[in-house]
Amino acid sequence: MPRSLIAWLQVTPLSLILMGFLVAPIIMIVIVSFWGATEFSIYPAFQFDNYEFLFGSPVTYKVFLATFKYALITWAFTLVIGFTVAYFLAFHIRSQPIQIALFLLCTIPFWTSNIIRMISWIPFLGRNGIANQTLISWGVIDAPLDWLLYSDFSVILAFVHLYTLFMVVPIFNTMMRIDKSLLEAARDGGASGFQTLRHVIIPLTKPGIMIGTIFVVTLVMGDFITVRFMSGSQKANVGRLISNDIALLQYPSAAATAVVLLCTVLIVIAILMRFVNIRKEL
Amino acid sequence: MESRPRSFYVLAAFFCLFLLFLYGPTLTIGILSFQGPQGGLTFPMNGVSLHWFRDLFEVQAVGDIWGSFRRSFVLGLMVMVTTVLISVMAGLAFRKRFAGSGILFYLAITSLVIPSILISLGVGLIFNQLGLKVHWATSGFGSQLTWTLPFGLLIMFAVFNRFDKSYEEAARDQGATAWQTIRFVVLPIIAPSLIGVALFGFTLSYDEFARTLLTAGSYNTLPLEIFGMTTNVTTPVIYALGTLTTLFSLLIIAVFLLTVWALSKRRARFGSDAGKGV
Repeated sequence: MPRSLIAWLQVTPLSLILMGFLVAPIIMIVIVSFWGATEFSIYPAFQFDNYEFLFGSPVTYKVFLATFKYALITWAFTLVIGFTVAYFLAFHIRSQPIQIALFLLCTIPFWTSNIIRMISWIPFLGRNGIANQTLISWGVIDAPLDWLLYSDFSVILAFVHLYTLFMVVPIFNTMMRIDKSLLEAARDGGASGFQTLRHVIIPLTKPGIMIGTIFVVTLVMGDFITVRFMSGSQKANVGRLISNDIALLQYPSAAATAVVLLCTVLIVIAILMRFVNIRKEL
Repeated sequence: MESRPRSFYVLAAFFCLFLLFLYGPTLTIGILSFQGPQGGLTFPMNGVSLHWFRDLFEVQAVGDIWGSFRRSFVLGLMVMVTTVLISVMAGLAFRKRFAGSGILFYLAITSLVIPSILISLGVGLIFNQLGLKVHWATSGFGSQLTWTLPFGLLIMFAVFNRFDKSYEEAARDQGATAWQTIRFVVLPIIAPSLIGVALFGFTLSYDEFARTLLTAGSYNTLPLEIFGMTTNVTTPVIYALGTLTTLFSLLIIAVFLLTVWALSKRRARFGSDAGKGV
């Protein structure tokens, strides 16, 4: 059997799944985005009404802006926290078993439920939550803060809580592959710790940072559940715009928004992918 | 051993804070799930009881959570087995370039970065227009695979990037067939990583929400059921449920990690004695 035939047979199941549950749904969404809808049903058509409405509404721009804002702020926090944690694990822990154990501690929450992890912020951030009670007992504030829960603050806090792991893992992975003799060379050459960080470690860690960035940005941009739950339905992003339309059975309008969101995400990813070769970095 | 620089202690403190940030909230609801029967969603504790855990076993208090747990568990196993099989096969193929490998790789990346709600919406629309009923074991199953397979594939890339091809060459030189080489040389070597893929497959499916939202049909999976509860349950019963399912996840993770550990122990014991002068 020729080698390429074997390879094709081996990837057939993967291709079939991706065709049926990724490519076909995207095509379907693009098609339906031109359809029309009544209050109860959708009907085939070829009209641009959905897009006209979408681009004609000031809400759309506001919501897209909010989505970018969430992505940018979350990215900044996860990057700083994730880099610091990965740096500590990679360069300051000398025993390998401890390093593995601490790394696992950082990744275990990734394998537990996101929804439960969101719910678990309620006793912290609520009006009578731990944060408010503590601040009052310390005399920092007189009345409970209202903006701790159901606000942009809680949304971003939850994003950072959920997604920092996606920064830690790839950054740690690239850091572990940095040849330690490079760091010694930098020190022997008289570089300070900060200079080594700035001119040796950060440039060599860039691929990991890029992979983490791709994860965090796409997860935040495509999210709808965190924003809905953590803002108590008071804030919106594009994902929520789509899920609201779905709840109202306005599938064509949801599809049009989904197409625009997908294009936005793919453009962002295409830009980020220029800086990193994912397959080489694994 | 040289003494620790001061930056070590600063970073160690930062790391501890990070762990507290990661685990603190979960531990808090763990404690609060033992609230007394009159207790609320926040501190102070109003007595200590197992009241809310008992409530989980009463249908009128929480609905069909055990049914949804069973479905999520079965679905998790289905996704796990499928993810391992498909990822290994694809991983083997991707070791060499073949016509279409570039496109397939970018499709897998797209599958990873695409907003989950698009999969949900698209699959739901297709089933709807074809007149098929969405069901967790068909449309839900396929939708979840679009999330787990890219992870499986990326792990396989990482595995085969580090794979020493000389083992395979040795097997072939000894006259092993292609299948024998894979079965008796390649698979045993990559076995621990396969357990990693299985762990991803099961847990990502067990916790998946957005991709099953419109594709699970009338029988909810556990995350969907929990999310439904957040809108109408205002008692610590939801903490009790959260605590139980988190404990279950931790148990699963522990089983997988112990299996990897046991495998590597066994390998160390029965592994090659080459070069040891036995």
